[in-house]
Amino acid sequence: MTPALASLRAVPTLLRVGFAEAAAYRTEMVVWVLSTTMPLVMMLLWTSIADVAAVQGAGGAAWSSGDFVGYFLSVFIVRQLVAAWAAWELNFEIRQGTLALRLLRPIHPLLAFATSNLAYLPLRTLVTLPVVALLVVTHRDALATDLRAWLLWPVSVACAWGITFFVNVTVGALAFVTDSSLKLMDLWFAFFFVFSGYLVPLELFPPWLEALSAWLPFRYVLAVPVEVMTGRAAFDEALGLVLRQAAWLGVLGSVAAATWRFGVRRFQAFGG
Amino acid sequence: MRRAASLVLVQLRASVMLAAQYRLDFVLDLLIGAFWTVAAVLPLVVVYRGSSKAGVPGWTFGETLLVVGCFITLQAVIDGAISPSLTSVLDHVRKGTLDFVLLKPHDAQLLVSTARFHPWRVAGLVHAGVVFAVGFSEVGRGPALSGVAQALVLLTASTLLLYSLWLLIVSVSFFAVKVDNLGSLFTSIFDAARWPAPVFRGAFRVVFTFVIPLVVMTTFPAEALLGRLPGTTLAASVLGALGFGFAARVVWKASLARYTSAGG
Repeated sequence: MTPALASLRAVPTLLRVGFAEAAAYRTEMVVWVLSTTMPLVMMLLWTSIADVAAVQGAGGAAWSSGDFVGYFLSVFIVRQLVAAWAAWELNFEIRQGTLALRLLRPIHPLLAFATSNLAYLPLRTLVTLPVVALLVVTHRDALATDLRAWLLWPVSVACAWGITFFVNVTVGALAFVTDSSLKLMDLWFAFFFVFSGYLVPLELFPPWLEALSAWLPFRYVLAVPVEVMTGRAAFDEALGLVLRQAAWLGVLGSVAAATWRFGVRRFQAFGG
Repeated sequence: MRRAASLVLVQLRASVMLAAQYRLDFVLDLLIGAFWTVAAVLPLVVVYRGSSKAGVPGWTFGETLLVVGCFITLQAVIDGAISPSLTSVLDHVRKGTLDFVLLKPHDAQLLVSTARFHPWRVAGLVHAGVVFAVGFSEVGRGPALSGVAQALVLLTASTLLLYSLWLLIVSVSFFAVKVDNLGSLFTSIFDAARWPAPVFRGAFRVVFTFVIPLVVMTTFPAEALLGRLPGTTLAASVLGALGFGFAARVVWKASLARYTSAGG
């Protein structure tokens, strides 16, 4: 059996282990979910403004209070689904030297990190369900009606997760070289807040800023799946956006792989 | 009292010496903080976009910037002086090393609360200063001296409030292990403090004024700077903060009494 096939066969078990871990630390996970309530706070801000007068987007689209509710509830849901935190785990294991154990195992460490992050998905989805119910019951008209959009949506979410994960790996692997690689993650988040549609729907940006966001990776981590599910992007446009997501996935995947290979060679498992 | 003061000074000096080894961190904090400041201000720029009709009801762009300024100031206080120490308590509890702190012949709350500072986070005050300056130039007039004094009183009270909230979180950690992310939860709730009070309506208004008093922390100081905060509100806020601090102390003592250590 080739190593790749062996790794693949281990995936279900790894996912089961990860799920058990998620179930064991469920309180911690719920707290993590609660700590991503920023979209809900933004929803309060924007609805308080849109209740006075509809907000005019740069493209001419008017956003009513209900539009904002639909948008930010979707942001909250997508944010839960695309979460990855391998940067912190990787950083921790490199500094503590425990990564050595993972390197000895016959499974690629990155596969192990990916499955352990993914295994939290079922429980995270469960926690998100009340918000989904709220969204469907109260603001169904804010969701896409095109069935094709809903077929595209899982692909878009998967790409967004992949991009997030590869960025995590890249930053985490920089811990091979520098002690303060997590500061980079902080920087990533500052940009993410601005350019991913997390605080402001990108459509409301001044045109030059919106154009800039199209060329940065942040939009493809969050805004694209949200735009697909809210039907803000028509199907053809959405298809183009998902293709760009795939392109980013490829680019960042190569960067992550290169950083990892470069870093592992320097790894000395200090700590002991 | 003198002993307590000298103790705090010793701990502070240790933190400063530690930070002095990582001088580059100041520049990094300054840079990353600048991006966060942009992230905080940008939604406002989009909301107002030069129009006076749009925006948070009753608040102009400049006035809202003053709230953001207070928010950034307090965030620097949290990151620099409050959360580093209390995060280390969470660590102590998990590892069981809190016992060593408790053995020391001084009040445990004081010891754990001053254990660690991040002096370089004063970088945040630079950003807050910039935001205040832009805010006042938008408003078109500077603050009155009495307004500044009131705002300083309120910000001090807010620091006490934030510290008390953090202490309550730490108290929770005695009972529920592996809640080290409660700190992030706290930070993300505090994120809501960057908007003026009218953003919160109905139940949110009540919660954020009395339970998690975010409104007291940023909206009130901004109103004081604008010279439109009633004296009674000021007095009530200070009294409330003192009450909060006292309650946190009581809860801390009660939790500590039930602390059973990690047990190996």
